Amino acid sequence: MRKPRELSLAGKIGAYCVLTLFTIFSIYPVLCVFSISIRPGDRLLTKSLALIPQDATLQTYVRLFTQEPFLQWMANSLIVSAMVTLVGVGLAATTGYAFSRYKFRGRDTAMVGIITTQMFPVTMLLLPLFIMLIKLHAYDNYIGLVIAYSATALPFTVWQMKGYYDTIPYSLEEAASIDGCSQFGIFWRIILPLAAPALVITALFAFMTAWSEYLVAAVLIQDKNLFTLPLGLKTFQSSMEVSWGLYSAGAVIVSIPVVVLFLFLSRWLVSGLTLGSVKG
Amino acid sequence: MATGVGEARINRLAYLYTMPALIIMALVVLYPFIYNVVISFSNMSLSHFRDWRLVGIINYKQVISNADFWYYFFKTVLWTALNLIFHVSIGVFLAMLLNKDIKGKSFFRTLLILPWAVPQYITALTWRGMFNSEYGAISLMLDKWFGVHIPWLSTEWGAFSACLITNIWLGFPFMMIIALGGLQSIPDELYEAAEIDGASWWQKFKTITVPLLKPVMVPAITLGVIWTFNNFNVVWLVSNGGEPSDKTHILVSYVYKTGFTYFRLGYAAAFSMVIFIILLLFSWNFIRKTKATEAVY
Repeated sequence: MRKPRELSLAGKIGAYCVLTLFTIFSIYPVLCVFSISIRPGDRLLTKSLALIPQDATLQTYVRLFTQEPFLQWMANSLIVSAMVTLVGVGLAATTGYAFSRYKFRGRDTAMVGIITTQMFPVTMLLLPLFIMLIKLHAYDNYIGLVIAYSATALPFTVWQMKGYYDTIPYSLEEAASIDGCSQFGIFWRIILPLAAPALVITALFAFMTAWSEYLVAAVLIQDKNLFTLPLGLKTFQSSMEVSWGLYSAGAVIVSIPVVVLFLFLSRWLVSGLTLGSVKG
Repeated sequence: MATGVGEARINRLAYLYTMPALIIMALVVLYPFIYNVVISFSNMSLSHFRDWRLVGIINYKQVISNADFWYYFFKTVLWTALNLIFHVSIGVFLAMLLNKDIKGKSFFRTLLILPWAVPQYITALTWRGMFNSEYGAISLMLDKWFGVHIPWLSTEWGAFSACLITNIWLGFPFMMIIALGGLQSIPDELYEAAEIDGASWWQKFKTITVPLLKPVMVPAITLGVIWTFNNFNVVWLVSNGGEPSDKTHILVSYVYKTGFTYFRLGYAAAFSMVIFIILLLFSWNFIRKTKATEAVY
């Protein structure tokens, strides 16, 4: 009798065929973008399907960095993402701790409330934000962007941190308390260092949220000098015939860091998601 | 639950810890939410921007009585249902394969989550390029290999399909990973015992895999429905803002259009509320129903 996880030969061949097929489906668009980005300028609109074009060249990348404000957008995105990471991690670390360790009035309401925010259609928040901005003439300001992104990232990061704190035994805190450590000292000197892995993941998640967001930025930022990467790339795409190559090169550069981070993080992301759901 | 909560430490420190995050959430979520509720009962628009006044439930009446609302509502439900069917079936199917003894498992798994990793707006813009009727890879392939020409982005259902394909690509890895986690926690002994009892493949799937996968999949599906129902990015960017002629919308992109290009602010606010209420009712019911069936086991 076969073991449950073993496959017959035919089954194995079938499994490999299906997996290969879906893998091609998964990576083809990515390869496609890459392929366009290394096409020489006069052959952008080719009808060839070859993934590595003839006379592959990096000239589009050179143009992207030297003739377009790509570096400026990148710097803008980095500033915003760094600020969101700082705010997001700081807040998730403390809030998650309180949810994990304390019983206080409004705790359950706050936790459910945080989840409910996921159901808001994005227009429900954008519209009031937009009206407020017009009234205050507060366009083109990163502070609004940072606050909005932090709030977007918070529900997930708070639950993630809470799940991790839940796994740290409470006896550690009792011992420290007996040794005369203050409440805040326990959190700051004992729990926080132990939660370092979760903090790193939370930080990367917050960073990725800000790095990849398009819509809120499109409403809040009008000044071309303040454009973040998503806004910048969209400008290439809107004149597709002209800048297909530039868009593709930009997309490749923007995606590489997040894709690498994500693949590295995926294990923890999932445990965060399932922990939250099983325990919640 | 947490070990510490049992001790019931009631502490001011807890408020101190949660306060900053809750203030931000209140600022960005609660305040706009209340603001949104208020203007949904008002006549605010570009011509009544500062001198708006409350007008009662007129906006809500208009939303419900608008034929467009029901049309886009139907489309959104169709969009959500089709997406979820594909996401879950592809995801669970691939997870079942990856849960077998196969060489190169982690290689396949890594490549298969790639769509989830790429920033959503890049995915959407890239697929829009691939659907380009003259130079897009998909059109070229269909033309070269099958001699078919599908006007993806210039017809209503072509654009809908383009959005759908893009979002299926985007969404199946999430379900696959969740399902894989669930499958790995099912003990092999259950299948072995069933085999001894002479259970068929289908019986094993129905009586072991499905019920034991359910606790993990139900929250994932709930989240999936919420995200898909509200998936602005894909629909907006693939169809370039609802093209052709505002036919390719789901509710959330349609509201965005009325709110931000036609500036019917009160109306758009009421519309947003209606979407929120639909999702709230759905999630509440779905979770309650699936919990109820769980108790039977």
